[in-house]
Amino acid sequence: MAMPKREPTKLVPVPSTNIIPERDVDKSPILECRHLGIDFGGLTAVNDFNMAIGRTEIAGLIGPNGAGKTTVFNLLTKVYQPTRGTILLDGVDTHSMSTVQVNKAGIARTFQNIRLFSNLSVEDNVKLGLHNHISYGLWQGLFRLPGYWQGEKVAHERAMELLSIFDMENLASTKAGSLPYGAQRRLEIVRALATNPSLLLLDEPAAGMNPSETAELMENIVKIRDTFQIAVLLIEHDMSLVMSICEGICVLNFGQIIAKGTPDEIQADPVVIEAYLGKQKEG
Amino acid sequence: MNKLKSMSPATRTNFLTYAAVILTFAILQPLSAAGKISPTLQGQLVPVCAYVVMALSLNLTVGVLGELSLGHAGFMSVGAFSGAVCASALQNVIPASGLRLGVSMVVGALLAGIVGTIISVPVLRLNGDYLAIVTLAFGQIIKSIVENLYVGVDAKGLHFSFLQPTMRLGEGGRMILNGPMGIPNISKISTFLAGFILIMVTLAVIFNLVNSRSGRAIMALRDNRIAAESVGINVIKYKMMAFVISAALAGAAGALFSLGQNTIVASKFDFNMSILILVYVVLGGQGKMWGSILAASFLTILPETAAMRDLKDYRMLAYAIVLILVMLATNSPALKGFFARFFRRKEDKTEKGGAQ
Ligand SMILES: Nc1ncnc2c1ncn2[C@@H]1O[C@H](COP(=O)(O)OP(=O)(O)O)[C@@H](O)[C@H]1O
Ligand SMILES: [Mg+2]
Repeated sequence: MAMPKREPTKLVPVPSTNIIPERDVDKSPILECRHLGIDFGGLTAVNDFNMAIGRTEIAGLIGPNGAGKTTVFNLLTKVYQPTRGTILLDGVDTHSMSTVQVNKAGIARTFQNIRLFSNLSVEDNVKLGLHNHISYGLWQGLFRLPGYWQGEKVAHERAMELLSIFDMENLASTKAGSLPYGAQRRLEIVRALATNPSLLLLDEPAAGMNPSETAELMENIVKIRDTFQIAVLLIEHDMSLVMSICEGICVLNFGQIIAKGTPDEIQADPVVIEAYLGKQKEG
Repeated sequence: MNKLKSMSPATRTNFLTYAAVILTFAILQPLSAAGKISPTLQGQLVPVCAYVVMALSLNLTVGVLGELSLGHAGFMSVGAFSGAVCASALQNVIPASGLRLGVSMVVGALLAGIVGTIISVPVLRLNGDYLAIVTLAFGQIIKSIVENLYVGVDAKGLHFSFLQPTMRLGEGGRMILNGPMGIPNISKISTFLAGFILIMVTLAVIFNLVNSRSGRAIMALRDNRIAAESVGINVIKYKMMAFVISAALAGAAGALFSLGQNTIVASKFDFNMSILILVYVVLGGQGKMWGSILAASFLTILPETAAMRDLKDYRMLAYAIVLILVMLATNSPALKGFFARFFRRKEDKTEKGGAQ
């Protein structure tokens, strides 16, 4: 892959934080990245990534393929350990946390290449999201003690409630792997929500969806934010989705933030237009 | 029957599996008691139960957890020898043979569980091929250890010696385990009833586990480890749980097996035995408990029948071929991944690019 040469002087200076919506400004941000970066051997996949997300903000992360967007998610969820920089989740440095601990601390995600528990039922997938919120242990399960029945009952009810966000209750006993593509993406979101996050990361949630499914998804993302009062950071190539629901947008190119701002600002930014919007609309 | 139809398919399968096992026992037990079945089959009743439990417990690791273990016979060995030593040492303490058998099986399960826990610490940090190879090595290590272990008993209790066959025992003391010679003169206290109970307990453990929070977590690791971690599931904890439960059940099966034999030697529980049990699991279907029961039963009894006895020498060859054919025919990530390494050098490593 030939990398086109970039003139460093053309880069706009990067503000240290994102545009945080009015209602969230007086609260501390749920997530703050400072000078975050990672190298893979000689390749700098992400560099000097600075971003802050408000507590109930829907933020977007866009950029061409290979820009490093998914890598940012992998850094936030500790699939990769950052080479440089700090991640503050609700003011707490996640430096020493594992993927599991980061989830318990409040970050849940979906994957660009859907990763469901495909041999398990839809309901079980959601119950796995609820795993750390179901209180009975191994022995209660093995001997079917009262704690087991109680725990499973609560989990079942909660799972159904969560599935109802996307009207998926009737699919509860279907094998996750045999769901249509769009439903798999929705199930991944439900499973992530089940972990009770304060920040939801969505990696190309509308990929492979038709326009009406995408429109419905947009509504639901907003609904989720409103109902659960959480922050959402989404990676998306569908510009209509990003521009209509994101309050703050961050544009990444070759691992570097090249612009930040509101949708209007981003759409008018000549650097963004040159690097991304103008050239390859569908990425 | 209506109730049966209203169950979920998985629950119905579990229910039918229990029912089939109970029915088989209910038919065979009176026949066996009346001496109406052939001596060959009669002699195979207890070993068949032991192999069935071995297959079920390995299926927990291979089918439910999704990791390939090539040293399952090692856990059987631990249970077989600890159970037999226990039964021998308790001969005068617990005269009731049924109770002594029960205690010995629990001891076998505990010891195998402990060994499983110790082994799982290094093993479970590995994945796939590496895990499989380490379990293979572990099976060999257990064999060597038991071959060099000497256990005697006297009024003061048990005495252990490693590598040194000589042992000073008190008045009336006797050797139980004699290194490579194994344990001779075992009093055969295992019964078909005990085997049946152990199968039922094993099924209950596996089915209840699979339908609980912990079992779901174990299956989540099998289906997608990265996704499991992303929803806060502790990989090591649940891998270990599956591995240790599997080992403990194999230990109980080992005790049942050894206490149904006149003599046991460590070399019986070798790599071939591990592969044999793997064949049962693969042939019966990974994750399918009824499949393991059928495969283990038939493949244990079949070679003993008069028609097949002459071909017994070719058994391992036949099993190896069966294993390869079944693997080619089925989609097993655990097995396919392992063998693809040898057949095809270029394996697509989906995990390498991180979590896309
Ligand atoms: N585990 C890895 N090892 C080496 N390179 C990687 C790894 N993960 C990502 N990269 C590289 O980092 C860059 C950014 O990838 P990614 O974050 O997936 O891009 P996208 O913005 O399309 O999501 C790519 O050049 C990719 O090849
Ligand atoms: Mg990506």
